[in-house]
Amino acid sequence: MAASPAYGEEKGGSSSLGEPEYGHDPASGGIFSSDYKRHDDLKEMLDSNKDSLKLEAMKRIVAMIARGKNASDLFPAVVKNVACKNIEVKKLVYVYLVRYAEEQQDLALLSISTFQRGLKDPNQLIRASALRVLSSIRVPIIVPIMMLAIKEAASDMSPYVRKTAAHAIPKLYSLDSDQKDQLIEVIEKLLADKTTLVAGSVVMAFEEVCPERIDLIHKNYRKLCNLLIDVEEWGQVVIINMLTRYARTQFLSPNQNESLLEESAEKAFYGSEEEDTKDAKAEAASLAKRKPYVMDPDHRLLLRNTKPLLQSRNAAVVMAVAQLYFHLAPKAEVGVIAKALVRLLRSHSEVQYVVLQNVATMSIKRRGMFEPYLKSFYIRSTDPTQIKILKLEVLTNLANETNISTILREFQTYIRSMDKDFVAATIQAIGRCATNIGKVRDTCLNGLVQLLSNRDELVVAESVVVIKKLLQMQPAQHSEIIKHMAKLTDNIQVPMARASILWLIGEYCEHVPKIAPDVLRKMAKSFTNEEDIVKLQVINLAAKLYLTNSKQSKLLTQYVLNLAKYDQNYDIRDRARFIRQLIVPTEKSGALNKYAKKLFLAQKPAPILESSFKDRDHFQLGSLSHLLNAKAVGYQELPDWPDEAPDPSVRNVEVPEWTKCTSREKRKEKVEKPFYSDSEGESGPTESADSEPESASEESGSSSSSGSSSSGSEEEEEEEEEEEGSGEQSEDKEEEEEKRKKAKKKKASQGKKSHTETSSEEASASESSSSGSDSGSEAEAKQRKVPPSSKAGPKEISLLDLDDFTPPPPQPVPSSSIVSTSLVTDLEGLMLTDTSLAPALLSPAFGAVRTYELLHRMAGEGLSVEYCFSRRPFPGDPHMVAVQIQISNNTDAEVKSLRVSEPKPLSGMRIQEFPEIERLAPGDTASVVMGIDFCDSTQAANFQLCTHTRHFYVSIQPPVGELMAPIFMSENEFKKEQGKLMGMSEITEKLTLPEKCRSDHTIVQQVTSAANVGRVPCGADNEYRFAAKTVTSGSLVLITLERREGTAAQLTVNSEKMVIGTMLVKDIVQALVQ
Amino acid sequence: MIHSLFLINASGDIFLEKHWKSVVSRSVCDYFFEAQERASEAENVPPVIPTPHHYLLSVYRHKIFFVAVIQSEVPPLFVIEFLHRVVDTFQDYFGSTNVGDQLPTGQLSVVPWRRTGVKYTNNEAYFDVIEEIDAIIDKSGSTITAEIQGVIDACVKLTGMPDLTLSFMNPRLLDDVSFHPCVRFKRWESERILSFIPPDGNFRLLSYHVSAQNLVAIPVYVKHNISFRDNSSLGRFEITVGPKQTMGKTVEGVMVTSQMPKGVLNMTLTPSQGTHIFDPVTKLLSWDVGKINPQKLPSLKGSVSLQAGTSKPDENPTINLQFKIQQLAISGLKVNRLDMYGEKYKPFKGIKYMTKAGKFQVRT
Repeated sequence: MAASPAYGEEKGGSSSLGEPEYGHDPASGGIFSSDYKRHDDLKEMLDSNKDSLKLEAMKRIVAMIARGKNASDLFPAVVKNVACKNIEVKKLVYVYLVRYAEEQQDLALLSISTFQRGLKDPNQLIRASALRVLSSIRVPIIVPIMMLAIKEAASDMSPYVRKTAAHAIPKLYSLDSDQKDQLIEVIEKLLADKTTLVAGSVVMAFEEVCPERIDLIHKNYRKLCNLLIDVEEWGQVVIINMLTRYARTQFLSPNQNESLLEESAEKAFYGSEEEDTKDAKAEAASLAKRKPYVMDPDHRLLLRNTKPLLQSRNAAVVMAVAQLYFHLAPKAEVGVIAKALVRLLRSHSEVQYVVLQNVATMSIKRRGMFEPYLKSFYIRSTDPTQIKILKLEVLTNLANETNISTILREFQTYIRSMDKDFVAATIQAIGRCATNIGKVRDTCLNGLVQLLSNRDELVVAESVVVIKKLLQMQPAQHSEIIKHMAKLTDNIQVPMARASILWLIGEYCEHVPKIAPDVLRKMAKSFTNEEDIVKLQVINLAAKLYLTNSKQSKLLTQYVLNLAKYDQNYDIRDRARFIRQLIVPTEKSGALNKYAKKLFLAQKPAPILESSFKDRDHFQLGSLSHLLNAKAVGYQELPDWPDEAPDPSVRNVEVPEWTKCTSREKRKEKVEKPFYSDSEGESGPTESADSEPESASEESGSSSSSGSSSSGSEEEEEEEEEEEGSGEQSEDKEEEEEKRKKAKKKKASQGKKSHTETSSEEASASESSSSGSDSGSEAEAKQRKVPPSSKAGPKEISLLDLDDFTPPPPQPVPSSSIVSTSLVTDLEGLMLTDTSLAPALLSPAFGAVRTYELLHRMAGEGLSVEYCFSRRPFPGDPHMVAVQIQISNNTDAEVKSLRVSEPKPLSGMRIQEFPEIERLAPGDTASVVMGIDFCDSTQAANFQLCTHTRHFYVSIQPPVGELMAPIFMSENEFKKEQGKLMGMSEITEKLTLPEKCRSDHTIVQQVTSAANVGRVPCGADNEYRFAAKTVTSGSLVLITLERREGTAAQLTVNSEKMVIGTMLVKDIVQALVQ
Repeated sequence: MIHSLFLINASGDIFLEKHWKSVVSRSVCDYFFEAQERASEAENVPPVIPTPHHYLLSVYRHKIFFVAVIQSEVPPLFVIEFLHRVVDTFQDYFGSTNVGDQLPTGQLSVVPWRRTGVKYTNNEAYFDVIEEIDAIIDKSGSTITAEIQGVIDACVKLTGMPDLTLSFMNPRLLDDVSFHPCVRFKRWESERILSFIPPDGNFRLLSYHVSAQNLVAIPVYVKHNISFRDNSSLGRFEITVGPKQTMGKTVEGVMVTSQMPKGVLNMTLTPSQGTHIFDPVTKLLSWDVGKINPQKLPSLKGSVSLQAGTSKPDENPTINLQFKIQQLAISGLKVNRLDMYGEKYKPFKGIKYMTKAGKFQVRT
């Protein structure tokens, strides 16, 4: 950053001056000399009616705030500008308000009405920002207003505003926790939201307000899993962490049968894999008795949908998935996370620091996982010390009999490092390797003894401490080393090392009977100058020698104890008194005296050198608490797996087809379990690489359909971005794709012939879609995309009835022939010519009516239902879109009492059911009309279609063009209205008109087929204008298509409904370009 | 989540603060300063510091500490990654000489990472494939560990909503990848093709790791002879750098740095080319070599003066190497083709390859 040195200097200079900093303040311009004067000037600027002056003043004020200067006395002057028209000024006023409102509550109330007005603004950005500021002002008196605003925003049309509502929830909660119950209601509502934009934010609110209400998640669990990949990165982290906790309460441990195994593996700490498998066989018998574990399909769903996120560029997301796998995945599948975590080691050192802490914990439990990446933990001289030490920890955890020699060689180079803290840590690491791996104990010990002659005292001291611990394991063989260390007392000054040596000599004085009293003699001489810990050990040594060799050491001991008696430190005085009573027999000393030797020279267990990261995994990995190894405020305990799985049906949701599909897929999955765990657990990439040739050929069909034409890719993109419910839809689509692939794979193995048939069939389907008639092609694109129900039909067939239907029936290609003939004749008369003018509310105009499938013949068990948008006003309710439904009974029995039931409309959506059809004879077709108020959104309307025997879940998703009705306008009116809808409300797109779409007639036809709009007369002959009003809110939608030279054209849509505008542009462009 | 943010410069001044909830007094930074004092160097300040009422999470970049104040449990990486993104944004914004007048206005685009209505007169898309070699070479010149980390950085200036696909001749080389969120994951999984609607301007499309099974070609070698003798205040120092496996390309931008032991007082050296500096305070030797001419290998020779009367240093200095090789991706990765859909114009396309030293160390 080029600016950074400048900052440094500036601050350095200014702070040393201490007082008037304005000279350095870029905002003050160096004009002002004192505080009050400056503020007067600012006030003047704020009161002026020039926006530029106001802006300048606000910039200076915000700069003051940022530098921690008090600007609170400007509050009245600033708050006046809250209603300023200039958006830049407004933004800065908001910044100021959020900072000072809490301090000046009364004055802050003056601004509230502005925000309340803002909450009703037609522009979603303004609504959102009003809510954001309102909820950031910490003034308790406005809590009810905030509550109301949040509630209202939670049902806003715009997902962006709903997202802001979710953000406001924790803010209100922290201001007034009494609102919890009401806020939970809002959270519950927003959790049901289907947009990816809202998902992350509402889960965040959930975590802050009511993390204990895990029951609110049930119904949304599958949706969250399915949306996850399309949620923004930060939301992903929050959702994944929450779902980890959720899964721990709802599913069974995937490793429950292995827990025994794990224990035995733990015991054999450095046991090889082979031993583990032997153990496995031994345990197999006892395991067999247990009931077999079957993973809940929802558990699998979570694992499957989070896995791709290991590829995220965001370290926090990768870590979140890694901890999810660590805590939830079957042991065999956890390995996949290692590679991703190792990748993060390339990132910034802070990221490395956190990742290594987690790897350290994981590598204790699952060493095998990181073993292949051993070298990635090798240390470079340029690593910061704290990173070096963590890498060392991991290397030590990974050490086993096979790799220990490599690791020790590596350690050897570390010991020569210039970084002494790191060298000390390396010595400790060597000590741990030596205790854990018996084979190398002597090698390590010899190496450490050599270090005793190192020039650096710290190195020597650390070695002494570690050697002491090692010697405790087998002292008898090492009297030479003890002697060597005894000599060191002359030179080594580090207290801990001196203390360690003294302890060693005392403890093993029998192995060095000649030297020990001499050491005591020397220490007695220097006693008064020693550090406290050394003094304590001198006393200790004296006592032990007194007990074993009182002849030589009696006087020395007396001397030392006398010195200690008058020491300044009371611990030492206490100790001396205590020891004297214990070892020197007097009349008063009681029974304990007899046992003194046993007390002092008891066999002591060798210390266990273990990692400080052991058992840290009882904290959720990746959490702050794990990193600190202490419970942080607000930490949610990671629950233990339940013994019995709670009822899985709580997650069942009565919504469209897709849930049915997924559950069906899951059923299948159970059967194919080994296939899954193989491919996912072991080596994902290699597996897929192996199957590449096969899958590539399979894919060619589908990929050409989605990628070769621009419409295909456009469509894909639209899917990703589309407002409502698209996430799960595309997800669903993918799942189905997978399903189809699998089906094909099976087929491929059955016979090459059938395989080629499928792909050619598919290719032809895609061909027909791109080469179809002008009007039809877009309809097909839509059809392919929109109703999942229409797809479910044929696919189910190819899946379930594989043998009966080797060539699956072609996908239903919708054509006008499906529309009943009577309807076509009805509509023919309504074609508009270029010049025709119509009454104020125009009758609809169209090129062709598209039908969509609601229920396929196969899925509906012989009942097939199609629908189309008749584009006529729905009788009885002008805010509803009329949907014409055509029901055919293809069974050989009569279908009775056909009706709509249990409509599950989303927020504000209303459905007017069609009158019940009492009976429908075999072969008969009935046509009915129902009305749906889509609330100007393309969210699908979900309901059940019932017969006397069955219920079918169906959904109708309207193309955006059907959400409006044409209106008549004069040219002038049009221009006037258009003038009001500029800026944010205007969306423009350039396009090139293809050859077949250049005549006036085709253009008008294409536009009116894409959207239910009416033509507006226009003076210029290179321009086409259309107008409509949205059905629900009556918002104007104005369309202008301007032809430029040649084939170029520009499409403009003006509408205050930005979402509709954006989608409409896309649809119309698509209609024109194809 | 983040309660407050403080920016602290190299001289320990809090020069900027921002509070999202109620104001946290800047005295909370005292805990940070304490930790800073304990750590010998800036990079050793722990990124997470617990205090009685808060937690301080910080990142250190451009000689500035960005200290976030947290009050309750949060994934530390969430905050750290976020702070780094903030710094990236600052860098983008302040990085060039002139600071923009207005901040970019937030837009609600259908594609969250791309604004709508992008227009260019020259439509162009450039991709840089940059590979870095991380290696540790031991005393005798054999490789202890070596891996290739690559990135594809893009500069895309295309009108409208282009939909790009980029394919490789040898995608299997890529062992581990991470994507910009614009990349369609499924397409990569099934076809090994990068399919995406690019953000506007500069961005990192992909980071990858080349599988460890592939032997990594090491393009340079270092011959060194560094010796200190006991009871002598003079030591010998000699290093030569030469090309090894360079696929016929020139190695340039070579820079050698080495941290000398504390006992070294000064160095008297003569380079055969380039310039060198030894800083007697930090004991850092750096030698800017430039291009390697295989006919006349660059070398740096001379003597080291040591503190008199002390024994020779135990440690041996490590040599860090930087270098660049243009028009070469050392892994052999090759882009096959780049196609654009969704827009009608013909963009100008370009791919550049480069290999660099990453963390490249030679132990002596």
